Amino acid sequence: MREIHVSTISDAVKKLCVEANYDLEPDMLRAFDKALKTERSPAGKQVLEMLKENAQLARTQKIPYCQDTGFVVCFVELGQDVHIAGGLLTDAINTGVSQGYTEGYLRASIVKSPFDRKNTGDNTPAVIHVDVVPGADLKLMVMAKGGGCENRSKYKMLTPAAGLERVKDWILECIKTAGPDACPPLIAGVGVGGTFEKAAILSKKALFRGIGSPNPDPQVDAIEKEVLDKANRLGIGPQGYGGDTTAFAIHILTYPCHITSLPVAVTIECHAHRHKEVTL
Amino acid sequence: MIKLAADGIKDIRTPLSDADVESLKSGDRVRITGVLYTARDAAHGRLIALLDEGKPLPIDVKGQIIYYTGPSPARPGMVIGSVGPTTGGRMDTYTPKLLALGLKGMIGKGARSEPVREAMKRHKAIYFGAVGGAGAFLSRYVKKVEIVAYEDLGTEAIRRLEVEGFPVIVVNDAHGNDLYEEGMKQYAR
Ligand code: SF4
Repeated sequence: MREIHVSTISDAVKKLCVEANYDLEPDMLRAFDKALKTERSPAGKQVLEMLKENAQLARTQKIPYCQDTGFVVCFVELGQDVHIAGGLLTDAINTGVSQGYTEGYLRASIVKSPFDRKNTGDNTPAVIHVDVVPGADLKLMVMAKGGGCENRSKYKMLTPAAGLERVKDWILECIKTAGPDACPPLIAGVGVGGTFEKAAILSKKALFRGIGSPNPDPQVDAIEKEVLDKANRLGIGPQGYGGDTTAFAIHILTYPCHITSLPVAVTIECHAHRHKEVTL
Repeated sequence: MIKLAADGIKDIRTPLSDADVESLKSGDRVRITGVLYTARDAAHGRLIALLDEGKPLPIDVKGQIIYYTGPSPARPGMVIGSVGPTTGGRMDTYTPKLLALGLKGMIGKGARSEPVREAMKRHKAIYFGAVGGAGAFLSRYVKKVEIVAYEDLGTEAIRRLEVEGFPVIVVNDAHGNDLYEEGMKQYAR
């Protein structure tokens, strides 16, 4: 049994929250450069250039990439030979979020109740998903999830008869209806299969794969590429000003499902794709 | 006041007149100098509640531009934190009432409803797009910040920003044109 103290977890989460908001991951920077080579629209090109400069300023001047510094979504892969000492895992993560957002000059965007809408003041709590896995490591995957794009995420329960073609159409439909509101170029995280909530969680987790990296399943990879190509023919373009770069990537995760169902969840993510991970 | 600069960008100075508004066309690149008032969901809710009760607003919106944003906190020594636009559509239910009071411009991102676009034509107003997610970039154009109402709302308080050359694009003009629709049509393959 390996012991990990809660303070180690809080420190790690704090660092991930701050870094996510100031240092866009290299996969996103590469995506901007790649899109600049193919984008035909002058307005679209200007947007992409501005986003590159924005990323540079965020990193060097320590100004958050986007003022919506997100809802912290934290996926934890907890090795079953790990013992968490000194307190609760959830509290440890939320302490890290609180410290990261307060000390890191990040915006508090979370309200305590969806009805009375009073701000919690330190961006807590996070949304936490824990998977118990073999081994003695603790992996923390943190995403600062923007609200504008999250508002465009959707779910549909298709029938088995609808099949793969309807799944593809539905993903495309989600990108189309997200349109300029969700700050394109977008990334669509897609969860197919499982139950209602499983598909939704998979759609978030799918976003952690590096942009531009192939899906390990060649069949699913081909679906992703086909939908991405169609998405980039919609004409929405960077910021919706018209252009060829509507989406940077489609990432699909699947899970076995019931003989009656074909659940599909699509998380819409914007170009402010702020994600970081660490293994303790 | 509007001047076309040599680089093809229109320089405008707030407040805006009807003539200023009418000369702008969707797709125009614009630099704004002057004052912007920030307001998003919670502040709009309060403003409209005041109007419904027949009470005066804490700001005079006549001729002004409202910027839909909730900035991140400023670091010591900095004027403001990250300050990009939020989704304009969430303000749609409130907007026509402010346009009727003489609001001339809004800055946000994302599409507006038909009733808002109609009200923009009727009352002569512009919806500008700032690049969503470019909050660090846009912060450089903000020279001064002052909270003028609803400090208790934190990031959602109404702030008076003094800006210089704040870069935007005209999304909806007062003639019924929409950059999003036109852009998509032009580039769909
Ligand atoms: S959708 Fe993303 S880029 Fe746009 S404002 Fe929200 S977090 Fe920022």
